[in-house]
Amino acid sequence: MSRPKYSEALHTPDSLRHRSETVSGSLPPLMLEAEHLAATIMLGHHGRKRSGMGDEFWQYRPAEVGDGVRTIDWRRSARADTPFVREKEWQAAQSLMIWVDDSASMAFTGGRDRPSKLRRAQTLSMALAILSIRAGERVGLTTLHEPPKAGNIQLIRLAQALMDPVEPDDYGSPVFTQMPSGARAAFFSDFLGDTAGVEKALTSAADRGVKGALVMILDPDEEAFPYDGRTVFESMSGAIRFETLKAKGLREAYIERLAARKDALETLCRRTGWRLDIHHTDHAPEEALLWLYHALERVR
Amino acid sequence: MFAIGPVAFATPWLLSLLIALPILWLILRAVPPAPITRRFPGVALLLGLEDPEAETDKTPWWLLLLRALAVAAMIIGFAGPVLNPDERTPGQGPLLVVADASWASARDWSDRRERLDALLAEAARDGRPVALLQLTDLPAPELAFGTPEALRARLPGFEPRPWPVQTDAVLDWLAQVEGTFDTFWMSDGLGYDGRDALLEAFEARGAVRVFESPRVAYALRPPVIDGREVTVDVLRNGGIADASVMVIARGPGPNGISRELGRAEVTFEEGARIAPASFELPPELRNRVTQFEIPGQPTAGAVTLADDGLRRREIALFTGRDDREGLELLTPLHYLRRALAPTADLMEVPFGDALLANPDVVILADVAQLAEAEARALTDWVEQGGLLLRFAGPRLAASEVSRAEEDPLMPVRLRAGGRSVGGAMSWGEPKTLRAFGETSPFFGLAIPEEVVVTAQVMAQPDPDLPQRVIASLTDGTPLVTRKPVGQGQVVLMHVTANAEWSTLPLSGLFVQMLERLAVSSRPAALTAEALAGTVWIPERLLGPFGSLEEAGQLAGIAGETLAEAPLGAEVPPGLYAGSDRVLARNVMGPESEIAATSWPARISVEGLESTRDQPLAGWLLTLALILLALDIIAALWLSGRLRQGTRGGVTGAFIVAMLAGNAASTGPAWAQDGPSSSLDDQLALQATTDVVLAHVITGDRAVDDIALAGLRGLSQVLTNRTSIEPAEPLSVNIETDELAFFPFLYWPITERQSLPSPEAYAKLNRYLRGGGMILFDTRDADVAQFNTDTPGMRMLRRLAAPLDVPPLEPLPQDHVLTRTFYLLQDFPGRYTSRTLWVEAAPPDAEQVDGMPFRNLNDGVTPLVVGGNDWASAWAVSDDGRELVPIGRGFSGRQQRELSYRFGVNLIMHVLTGNYKSDQVHVPALLERLGQ
Repeated sequence: MSRPKYSEALHTPDSLRHRSETVSGSLPPLMLEAEHLAATIMLGHHGRKRSGMGDEFWQYRPAEVGDGVRTIDWRRSARADTPFVREKEWQAAQSLMIWVDDSASMAFTGGRDRPSKLRRAQTLSMALAILSIRAGERVGLTTLHEPPKAGNIQLIRLAQALMDPVEPDDYGSPVFTQMPSGARAAFFSDFLGDTAGVEKALTSAADRGVKGALVMILDPDEEAFPYDGRTVFESMSGAIRFETLKAKGLREAYIERLAARKDALETLCRRTGWRLDIHHTDHAPEEALLWLYHALERVR
Repeated sequence: MFAIGPVAFATPWLLSLLIALPILWLILRAVPPAPITRRFPGVALLLGLEDPEAETDKTPWWLLLLRALAVAAMIIGFAGPVLNPDERTPGQGPLLVVADASWASARDWSDRRERLDALLAEAARDGRPVALLQLTDLPAPELAFGTPEALRARLPGFEPRPWPVQTDAVLDWLAQVEGTFDTFWMSDGLGYDGRDALLEAFEARGAVRVFESPRVAYALRPPVIDGREVTVDVLRNGGIADASVMVIARGPGPNGISRELGRAEVTFEEGARIAPASFELPPELRNRVTQFEIPGQPTAGAVTLADDGLRRREIALFTGRDDREGLELLTPLHYLRRALAPTADLMEVPFGDALLANPDVVILADVAQLAEAEARALTDWVEQGGLLLRFAGPRLAASEVSRAEEDPLMPVRLRAGGRSVGGAMSWGEPKTLRAFGETSPFFGLAIPEEVVVTAQVMAQPDPDLPQRVIASLTDGTPLVTRKPVGQGQVVLMHVTANAEWSTLPLSGLFVQMLERLAVSSRPAALTAEALAGTVWIPERLLGPFGSLEEAGQLAGIAGETLAEAPLGAEVPPGLYAGSDRVLARNVMGPESEIAATSWPARISVEGLESTRDQPLAGWLLTLALILLALDIIAALWLSGRLRQGTRGGVTGAFIVAMLAGNAASTGPAWAQDGPSSSLDDQLALQATTDVVLAHVITGDRAVDDIALAGLRGLSQVLTNRTSIEPAEPLSVNIETDELAFFPFLYWPITERQSLPSPEAYAKLNRYLRGGGMILFDTRDADVAQFNTDTPGMRMLRRLAAPLDVPPLEPLPQDHVLTRTFYLLQDFPGRYTSRTLWVEAAPPDAEQVDGMPFRNLNDGVTPLVVGGNDWASAWAVSDDGRELVPIGRGFSGRQQRELSYRFGVNLIMHVLTGNYKSDQVHVPALLERLGQ
């Protein structure tokens, strides 16, 4: 299969929904394991192997004092002398919080045949959201003021919110106006800016019992630094400039620094119980999604 | 002129700028290449890094070298370098410029004249007196050396002559000239006898320089007829193997304007000097040929004129005596046939047929009485310029023809019985011929001794007899008499055409006499003997560059001279007119050859180009441009702009391509009609590789889409059920597309479609007459019932008014459309109207008893008109789903099925015609109909 050509490095709302539907269609619905069942009270599809609130039948038990008359299953009770109560399995839904870095640096792409980092991040995050919504979870964006919600209408809201105007800063750091404790989170960014913001966000998330995954999305050019000659490097907004006389000579140092940045993130993740994936825009998005699937599923 | 080795400079002071190169080097070295600005998010990681080496802020040495070389090439280029500058040591003393100026020089005369001009300029610089000697046109034996300037002024009028050099005359001339001089000999490149002698004579007077053009000279020998072929030998004086030459036969076309009548290409083998070019021309065409020529060779030698020798006359032969079958040698026509067959086309057909063919000559051998109608026809023919040649014989002698009074078809009155001399029963010796008189056309012909006459018919001594005699015996009795009749003439030979009465037919004289009478054409070779005593007047002459020009008033030339004398000012090549004939004198004879010159080693031979200065400025400036272009690429590459294959690199490559294109100054020339013709071809291929159904584009998008989908559905059904397997249907624009490829056109009618142009109507009419069929569909049968007039019908009437449409009638029950594949009586589409109009049956079609249907139209109805919107019923999408709902439930399915069946029947009818109407199939059809 030939690699798709990206006429636009960035998504439009339509293409975002469409593309992420395509990507998420290749995985089984992603079922998030709720770690802290008691902490969330909203219903989801995660059977807890105990009686509680939910849609699925769990067991009949003799009615006890305190059971409401409405809870008695009359059909079952008619077959015996004592009234029975019909219990259902306790089901819970998990919340998934997503943050997509929409700063200027994410709009970069090194080649015409690959999407920008932002577009890839949007695709991945929407795919994740779709999988979760299909699985009955609730999904929200950390930047939104509304709590995470379930249902297809939420997908449209998410898509619109993701397409909101780009932040003018060069580098973004995770902010959350919403972070239900015990929820799951996925952060998409290139993490090339200051790491302090990430560190702060991750520690405060860990404090609330939120676990999740960082996806570091990099353009292959950012990984390989294939530049030479006398060059003035500019950040995407033009705010930061750096001039070199021989770009080739800086490659080693750059790659070293990038590795150090990855190490720092890795360390941070290990400390907070998060996980880190490095994804390149010239690779298929399915890889990252699969990784996310496992990463978010495994943590119990 | 300042020179370094073989290179000289026009403006040497510019070279001093080369001193500035090292300064340029320093300046360039100090200025590093401009930085490139990149957006790069990873810049945050770069902050604070130090450049490991500071080397590349200077331009690399090889780029400097490149630029320095480019500048140096420019400086040297503008300094005007010249390779091999013309710096001959100036000669002294008078200079004789000898030009062969023969026909062969004409092939590159302008180059020669330029060279001559340069030579005269050089002589003027050196202050040498110059004289010009044209070997083909010798002046009075005296050398008048003058200033080169005066000679240069006369140069434009200096032209070659259309004949070769005659060395004897030149040697004679040279012997009478005194003085010493240097010689510059402009050779024509042909080796001829005596050139060495000439060279020696010139060398005796001073130094000789020879100039010779490397171009190959070609020449043509006169044409030779060999059976049906005309062969023209092409000669050359050298050249490479496999050189091919075109020869063109030229003559008046039907409108009288000279045009090409045939062409042949010859290829010379290695070392070959002669290659024959064969023309296979029909006699009519061959008789019209006036000249053969080699295109692109503007010389008199590359033209050979065709005269009467190429014309084969048509001669009708008759004899009154064909009872002695089998005695070949005694037939009156035997000797005539032998004499004439090589050079003429003989006709021996019935009398009436022969005159219809309008022969040049009619020969009557011993024919006495002609039927009155025949005589009248023959007289008319003679009066219009025919030549009637009669031979005497026993019949003529015994008959009463031209006895009492002169027969219009006899030159003289005859005495009864004739006479016999020298036989067993007579006195006297057999008579010989008297020498021909000056007025006789035979004047000059030698009379062989063995020609004797033993019997002849005698002419009555009438008053005008002496004028009519053109040959007589020694005793004065006429042997050949001639009388003009109208524009033609009647000639009587008073002896037989066989050897019974005389030995004349056995001798060569007989052939020559026939030739002089223009009965036969002459053989290829001119001989003084055959032309003796005749006078020829130049009619049209060959110019030096091979063009035929009017001769003007020139004195006649004796036949012997014309035949034998070498070409020259006295006998220029051209066409000469005699009494009845036209002769051509060509530059090349039938045996001529041309050879290359061979100069002794001591003589330096120069070509046209060898001494020319070679200016190098253009090359150097081009080199500078290329270097600068390389510099662009190198600079782009250095700054990393080329690396990514992005726009910078593309632009650089584009610039380089532009420069290269300019340097070569050639660009691809696109054929103007390329795309459109290829589109037409594409359509033609698409439409003819398989059977293709097509619909007419109405301009209404929805209707067109449904029509195309309908034809797609019908094509699928046809493929599934019948042996017709159409390809994907096409949409046809009747204004621009060719219709002839399509057997069937579906034409839905929309109210808003525009009427076709007159050209399109012409095309449609041609299409309908050529067997095409159009199905007009008004698509309104739901509202058009009960004879209401719908907009679609009105539109159809307007649309079809200019069409060449036969009378129509509602489809009769027994029309062939009802049974070409399926047996049908209804033709529903989306609607179920039963009315369908087709070409009306002929009024005389009647039903025969016992036959279920009449024998109707022969051929395919060109039009089918209905309104059931069949395309909608047929329409399927790409994946085979029906596009338009038809009817309801099962009846709807049935209706769609029937509409497909109608489509199948229709296409079957289009492709097989009235095959099913053929009564042969009646029994089988009856059986199937259950009757």
